[in-house]
Amino acid sequence: MMEALIFLVLAVIKVAVVIGVLLLIIAYLIWVERKVMAHMQIRLGPMRVGWHGLLQPIADGLKLIFKEDIIPAHASKIVFVLAPVVATVPALLSIAVIPFGDTISILGRSIDMVITDINIGILFVLAVTSVGIYGIILGGWSSNNKYSLLGALRSSAQMISYELSLGLSLIGVIMISQSLSLVDIVNSQAKYWFVILQPLGFLIYAISAIAETNRCPFDLPEAETELVAGFHTEYSSMKFALFFMAEYANIVTVSAVAVTFFFGGWRGPFLPPVVWFLIKMALCIFFFIWLRSTYPRFRYDQLMKFGWKILLPVALANILITGIVIVLV
Amino acid sequence: MLESLLFLIMGLITIACALCVVFQKNPIYSAIFLIQTMVSLAVLYVLLHAQFIAAIQVMVYAGAIMVLFIFVIMLLNLSKADEGEARDNLFFQKPSAIILGFILVVMIGAVTLKTVLQGTKGEYTPEIISQIGNTQLVGKMLFTKYVFPFEIASILLFVAIIGAIILAKKRIVEDEKV
Repeated sequence: MMEALIFLVLAVIKVAVVIGVLLLIIAYLIWVERKVMAHMQIRLGPMRVGWHGLLQPIADGLKLIFKEDIIPAHASKIVFVLAPVVATVPALLSIAVIPFGDTISILGRSIDMVITDINIGILFVLAVTSVGIYGIILGGWSSNNKYSLLGALRSSAQMISYELSLGLSLIGVIMISQSLSLVDIVNSQAKYWFVILQPLGFLIYAISAIAETNRCPFDLPEAETELVAGFHTEYSSMKFALFFMAEYANIVTVSAVAVTFFFGGWRGPFLPPVVWFLIKMALCIFFFIWLRSTYPRFRYDQLMKFGWKILLPVALANILITGIVIVLV
Repeated sequence: MLESLLFLIMGLITIACALCVVFQKNPIYSAIFLIQTMVSLAVLYVLLHAQFIAAIQVMVYAGAIMVLFIFVIMLLNLSKADEGEARDNLFFQKPSAIILGFILVVMIGAVTLKTVLQGTKGEYTPEIISQIGNTQLVGKMLFTKYVFPFEIASILLFVAIIGAIILAKKRIVEDEKV
């Protein structure tokens, strides 16, 4: 009984710490993105609130809470309210299986630096994130707005197309490490990172992860110039903020998965494991922002052609080559 | 104890959602309830120690197939008038549904009343499964014992894909002629 209670308390503490840190990262990610993009375009970015705009996320959050919450006429009310929640919750959930560090011992108990290590870890991440796309689709549909509906249709087609390549790009790593558990995958990278063994797999993963998170150059669902911001045109106040949170939470998740699968997870010399994990993740996220300020948007037919005719065959070929090498070596 | 309680709750949610799929007038709401049904089924799979199947259930059915369903419903954008017309055209649906439903209920009732459904116990108990690993076991079974039905299913899917492409192509060629 005592043992079960301690387990429960530990689990609650772990979840609270991880979600708290994740929400903090998301809030400051928006600040980081604005700052980095500003400096890349030789501007200053937010400067007024706090030192170099450091309090900007808090100001933005307060502003969004006090904004008027509008539900458009003829919108499907329940679905309209539900959609931002459906977008955000899966994005936050998938962080649960990602290991942040080695097992540590506090007061004679060994504590795993992961919320839960399940034997289908990566499948859990893929399954949960595949549910997240309903937030965008339902949000676009329920707004009763042509542009929103077009954005929703675009995003559902895009995400289904790139989900395939995303899943297939990870299979090479799973074949080498012979496990779906993220903890095992990190452990099997003790010698060298999988990005060396699976360079093609990493490239495919990077491209389809950008497409899955609807980021530039694949941000067609919210293309401002043609769709007036797409699926979230009609959203205001905290509901709009939730969509934003979901997008950044997804960026954090795909970066964390990339670090775990291809860059040795928390492994690294000198510094504590958690710090290494955060450094690697920060570099991945920086890459996302860098892309956004560098590339123009794809055209829709180019996006579909690229996904189905190039990315998918290459991902399949990668699996075949990996299999042959594993059998021969 | 906790497991059977969870089973009861999830089973009730699943049935309630499945009923909502049938009774909702708006096709989009039906589709949303169908997604909820799929996800609840996945939870039932987890309770049966089949984590791999549960993850695949959410990924394939809730995450991919239902997206296509919603996609199609949105594109068709059924208005109220279309619904009424469609209902009039399918006048034979009600009597045939009643007859077939009655037969199904009689059959299920006959089986459950006659024998207690026990099911044969296989060699893979939850302990053995957790020892080998859920995914590994499913993979091994698919490629050894059940390889024939597995391959047949893949051929079936392949034929369906070719059929879909031919149907789509035909329309494009006809459009070009016009």
